[in-house]
Amino acid sequence: MEIVMAFVIGGLYTAAIYMMLRRSIVKLVIGLVLLSNAANLLIFTAAGLTRGAPPLINLGDVLPPGPSADPLAQALILTAIVIGFGVLAFAVVLIHRAYEVVGADDMDKMKDTDT
Amino acid sequence: MTFAPNLIVALPVVLPLLVGALSLAFWQSHATQRFLGVAGSALLLLLSVQLLLDTWEQGHVVMEMGAWPAPFGIVLVSDMLAAIMVVLTGIIGLATAIYSLSGIGVRHERFGYYPLFHLLLAGVNGAFLTGDIFNLYVWFEVMLVASFALLILGGERAQMEGAIKYVTLNLLSSALFLTAIGLLYGLTGTLNMADLAVKLGQVEDPGMVTVIAMLFMVAFGIKAAAFPFFFWLPASYHTPKVAVSALFAGLLTKVGVYALFRVFTLIFNQEVGHTHEILLWVAMLTMLTGVLGAAAQFEFRRILSFHIVSQIGYMILGLALFTPLAIVGGVFYIMHHIIVKANLFLISGLTYQLKGSHELRELGGLYRSHPVLAVLFMVPALSLAGLPPLSGFFAKFIIIRAGIEVEAWLAVAVALIVGLLTLYSMVKIWNEVFWKAQPAGGAGPQAAHGSLVWMWIPIVALALMTVMIGLYGQPIFEMAEKSAGQLLDTSGYIEAVLGGATR
Repeated sequence: MEIVMAFVIGGLYTAAIYMMLRRSIVKLVIGLVLLSNAANLLIFTAAGLTRGAPPLINLGDVLPPGPSADPLAQALILTAIVIGFGVLAFAVVLIHRAYEVVGADDMDKMKDTDT
Repeated sequence: MTFAPNLIVALPVVLPLLVGALSLAFWQSHATQRFLGVAGSALLLLLSVQLLLDTWEQGHVVMEMGAWPAPFGIVLVSDMLAAIMVVLTGIIGLATAIYSLSGIGVRHERFGYYPLFHLLLAGVNGAFLTGDIFNLYVWFEVMLVASFALLILGGERAQMEGAIKYVTLNLLSSALFLTAIGLLYGLTGTLNMADLAVKLGQVEDPGMVTVIAMLFMVAFGIKAAAFPFFFWLPASYHTPKVAVSALFAGLLTKVGVYALFRVFTLIFNQEVGHTHEILLWVAMLTMLTGVLGAAAQFEFRRILSFHIVSQIGYMILGLALFTPLAIVGGVFYIMHHIIVKANLFLISGLTYQLKGSHELRELGGLYRSHPVLAVLFMVPALSLAGLPPLSGFFAKFIIIRAGIEVEAWLAVAVALIVGLLTLYSMVKIWNEVFWKAQPAGGAGPQAAHGSLVWMWIPIVALALMTVMIGLYGQPIFEMAEKSAGQLLDTSGYIEAVLGGATR
């Protein structure tokens, strides 16, 4: 399963970078969405894929019986998803406003502030 | 307070969050928000000075959030470097809050300038104080979201164009940072920085450690605007209001530099020769490209933006040389740079207020009309270039001397040449803005939002600080020396976090 996930994550990173290199700012944001999802899946996979072993502890014990899934990685991903969602919502509004102000969705038309 | 020992570590984060929430509650009353801006950041400065004093006495002040013991819970750690940075945040926060009284204007206040301002300070302080690598990511994001919104307040075309580059590059950097955290967690099973420092020494796969170290270097390099990832900075920093630029210039890139210092002294200190060789080249190229970019510019704030980049190079050079003296120099440089650079931006705002332009060609005659301002410009400008007896001289002197000691001649030569070119840029501004006669057809004074006194006060105060650091550098040097000692001998940090030494 890890092998499959590795290819999925690699594919997502590739697609993300490709989209970010396009000139359209809409594709740029799609690239950012893919990138944040790729990073989340990477944390998920790097922490180890454990199936059917929830980290539940019996009453009175301090450790779960036998090996169990790592809940911390899931907590990290949840946090990262929420942050990513907020930031991407901002990015979508930003490109909308930029499109209104500049009148184009082409990065090549947005070079006024470059040097 | 038995239930929350060392609460002082959390206060510099909690206070701006509370004041920011309070400012939101007074959405309609701009007067209240202005008062909260100044009072809140003044209180923040007092708290951070107290934290610095505590840290000076105890070495490390550690607080475990929610009383979960490390390494399972999140810890807030204040060592000398973090405490110094928090104090600098307080200084810049107060200076920009006062400056904003006349420098921001009702239109920006209406769209929530003050709540965002406090949120930014909270994010910056959180990043400085946290002892948990994932928590560092969270604070980075808090800081970034606040900075995104501050950057586009006003909604002009240049701001939108700058913001797209700024947002994209910073989100890319965050994604790389998150990737590195994921791999690091998979490798070691911990997120606590002190615990990571211990566990990484026992990892059997040194290749993977190098990969992660490089990911961190790129992620923080983008945030710090180091070569070759700096181009978002000169494309965006000159677009918002000057008070916002000053805040960004003083604090944001320095958070990236701080993260580099923290990660590459505490966590990735196994293969020093390898990573720090790369950092050395990054530092030299950052210095050179920044200063050469500035030489080609004729807009006040763009010149200053490029100089942020070149100055970042000096700080990274301090880290890259990795001798005790070099680290002292790096920390000293950060302290000097934050104050000087924020002040230069504030001065560019005041000249805009007086003359109505940021273009050097349209400015002039300010020495005749405002000689005091000209002198106030000379102080940080010459300090930036490194002339004695100002703060920048000692900062450069320590780093260059450290370079000579390890015989890094190329780095020393680059540092000296860049200092000279910095002087060229500053003299260029001096000639164009202050010395030459006012060209015909200038825009003239701009309508001020409030009394200009609020702009003068922080400029004078920061200029005085620059002089004082130069004249009475010994206590500052001792602070930098102590923080460098802590950075190089990580056992104190690890002991304080994991051993519960201060509990």
